[in-house]
Amino acid sequence: MTVWNWLAVGGAAVLALVAVAEIRRRAGTGTSARRFFRHPTAAPALFVLAFFVTVALAAPLVTPYRPYVQIDIARLANHAPSAQFPLGTDPFGRDVWSRLVYGARISLGIGALAMLVAVTTGVVVGGVAGYFRRWVDATLMRLVDVGLAMPRVFMLLMVVALWEHVPLTVLVLLIGLTGWFGTSRLVRAEVLSVREREFVAAARALGAEPARVIFRHVLPNAAAPIIVSAALGIGNVMLLEAGLSFLGLGVPSPAPSWGNMIADGWPKMAVAWWASTFPGLAISLVVMALNAVGDALRDALDPRKETA
Amino acid sequence: MTSSASALVDVQGLVKHFPGERAFFGLGRPRAVVRAVDDVSFAITPGQTLGLVGESGCGKSTVGRTILRLIEPDAGRVLIDGLNLLTLGSRELRALRRRMQIVFQDPYGSLNPRLTVRQTLAEPLAIHHLATGADAGRRIAALLEEVGLDPGFATSYAHELSGGQRQRVGIARALSVEPQFLVLDEPVSALDVSVQAQVLNLLADLQQRRRLTYLFIAHDLAVVKHIADQVAVMYLGKIVEWAPAARLYAAPRHPYTTSLLSAVPVPDPMAQRRRIVLTGDVPSPAHPPAGCPFHPRCPHPKKDARCRTEPPALREVAPGQLAACHYAEEPL
Repeated sequence: MTVWNWLAVGGAAVLALVAVAEIRRRAGTGTSARRFFRHPTAAPALFVLAFFVTVALAAPLVTPYRPYVQIDIARLANHAPSAQFPLGTDPFGRDVWSRLVYGARISLGIGALAMLVAVTTGVVVGGVAGYFRRWVDATLMRLVDVGLAMPRVFMLLMVVALWEHVPLTVLVLLIGLTGWFGTSRLVRAEVLSVREREFVAAARALGAEPARVIFRHVLPNAAAPIIVSAALGIGNVMLLEAGLSFLGLGVPSPAPSWGNMIADGWPKMAVAWWASTFPGLAISLVVMALNAVGDALRDALDPRKETA
Repeated sequence: MTSSASALVDVQGLVKHFPGERAFFGLGRPRAVVRAVDDVSFAITPGQTLGLVGESGCGKSTVGRTILRLIEPDAGRVLIDGLNLLTLGSRELRALRRRMQIVFQDPYGSLNPRLTVRQTLAEPLAIHHLATGADAGRRIAALLEEVGLDPGFATSYAHELSGGQRQRVGIARALSVEPQFLVLDEPVSALDVSVQAQVLNLLADLQQRRRLTYLFIAHDLAVVKHIADQVAVMYLGKIVEWAPAARLYAAPRHPYTTSLLSAVPVPDPMAQRRRIVLTGDVPSPAHPPAGCPFHPRCPHPKKDARCRTEPPALREVAPGQLAACHYAEEPL
């Protein structure tokens, strides 16, 4: 780890702090913003997320090695944390810090993208079911019942088994497309209540087509629970990805995902605890931060507390 | 009622029954049907106002919404300028929606909280390709001025406005597509009394200036008195009395109308008045009484077995005045 790397890490931390402060300033003194930051964990959690995102984006600047480089497998495998290797090296002689940072790209990226797939699908299905009701609703919701009744992990394991090395896009789509059932339930319930409000009838009376009514009038007023469930869902997806990768069925090795890193390190846990522990800590830290942000968002956006 | 030929809005035999929920996952026997609107007919001549009055739950709002096809009716015809609204395809219906609009009761629920006043008013202009860009901005400013609001309100959100201001925005939204016919669904019921008068005056002005035709729905005969040309009184999904406004207030023929009128406050403490207080609740429209639907609560002294078994027809009891009562010739 060079001086420049350390400086870059420090710079990332400062940037993350500035970002949180800026969010706080921009959000201003509105009631929802106040409720959000009243949570003692909200600001630190935002900082953790901002820090990991910054570091992941600036990976080449903050890391001394490429994530795949086996520095000197004979002498530098399982090297304890030191000035040169701040988080040590893994059993294959790779720098844990470098892999952790590049792994953040993969783990956070999969989490965010899979959640995007899940939320989009859930919003569209739930919105359509709630708005059109009748047989559309009945059909879609029975589909959701089936989806919710299937053991997700086993389903994923079976599908993943079709590939020798699962392409990342497939992994994202699989995780996303098995994760929207709960969201669609939530959205449907919210849409059912919003669609009865008079501004929806007004829009219909003005001649707005269903798509305009759903996307302009109904869904924006049902956004709060969707945002909360997405924030809480990313953490879940990341845990799922880590679990799959640990089993060797997720992100194909040697790509550094946090689940992979734990898997690579655990046979040597007794002599080199750092190789598995740090990626594990990273997962826990990020998932905890996401949950804290989700909780704060829930309180901030709860429509029952909305003054307007 | 009025002759259909000259009417702008002609409603014939409108029926809307809401099926009861089926118990046990939709497999059980359906529960009783709620007859929200049960064979309602009326016509409104251009430029006139029909007041539709009744207690809450009598189906008056359902009538208003069915006419605009916000609720699909089960039977009947709604003719707007001779076009049957209920058989139109979605394209023609959208075109016709420019000619008829609705103003809602709840000024809080009727504006989308996520949109500014400008966005709310720009939407109908965009839907019907009436104006975009700067042109739309000018029209929105003109609309706001027309309803008595400063054009500066365009950038406000609904929650930044008072109830009366919101209701004016709702009226401006309805006017934005230049309709001929407005359904006013209790437009002032949720407002303070002082604001009620302002909004009623505004509606009267707009009617004159734009030659609008109104269906004014209210639960209160006093509100309708000054604005309506004709008044229809509804009870349990049926029209029970229909008359020119002056006539209805002076000489009501149906005992229900009489009792409603007796509840209107009179601003003279010395006035001698006879209060008729109806006993009991409005029967559930899922289980309307046999015979005359009003008979369980009717204070008429001649109420008899005929009232309990034979539903009275809506018939002309005086020139231009219709009532559905066996004893309309001997009013209370």
